[in-house]
Amino acid sequence: MKKSFLFVSCDEAKHICDKTQYGESTRWDRLKLGIRLSWCRFTKTYSKNNNKLTDAIEKAEVKCMKKDERKKLKEQFEKELTKHQ
Amino acid sequence: MSKHKINPNNWIKLYSDYLFNYTITRVNDRETAQDLVSETFLAGLKSMVNFKGEASERTWLISILKRKIIDHYRKINSNKGKAEVRMSYNSDSESEGDWLEERVADPFDKTAEDKLENSELGEAIYDCLDKLPEKQANVFKMKTILGYDTETICNDLDITASNLWVIIHRARTALADCMQKNWM
Repeated sequence: MKKSFLFVSCDEAKHICDKTQYGESTRWDRLKLGIRLSWCRFTKTYSKNNNKLTDAIEKAEVKCMKKDERKKLKEQFEKELTKHQ
Repeated sequence: MSKHKINPNNWIKLYSDYLFNYTITRVNDRETAQDLVSETFLAGLKSMVNFKGEASERTWLISILKRKIIDHYRKINSNKGKAEVRMSYNSDSESEGDWLEERVADPFDKTAEDKLENSELGEAIYDCLDKLPEKQANVFKMKTILGYDTETICNDLDITASNLWVIIHRARTALADCMQKNWM
């Protein structure tokens, strides 16, 4: 039987779900994901946990160093480190 | 009981982001946070001989950082600073009476409790991020925390877009599992 053009596999659905977290999925992708979510409990669980993770990261306002900031820190530190070794 | 070892060669790689996140949630300024992290590492180097190995390197560095943060607040809250605040606030008589209203906490502002919970949540996220392979953690941080676009990360790390999404998927799955166990 020919697969419907609206069908996506579980892995594809997870991929769309990941992209959606970063606002990089298309409307068409989201429609296909929505259909899969309506009947696939694995996708549903993945999507629920994925959304929870995004919410947690947004709520915590997690920060990390930018590449140039880390480079500067590393240079300063390594200069001192050589003195101690 | 096994004693923890100290190896400053790995400090930047292993702890810089954790310490930075810990600091910025407490000082709210990127530049100050960077300075305090840098000072912490340097102080750690100087007092390495005092490391007994009873706590992990990270816990030990955090204890140094906590003192640095307290010192930072002591400095900015010096007598000179307090005098300046007293002098500049509502010195004109026209606005007399408004001071109470202006000082009342904004109900939509985050409470101290919210901030504490968010900071603990951030630390739990970092605990889970520490368990990821280095490359996964790096890609995840660049994409999710720093918000870099896919193309920039791919160029920077010399990987393809599909490779990036596979890494992101693995990282997200592992993090969601870890957070489920430790937090949610």
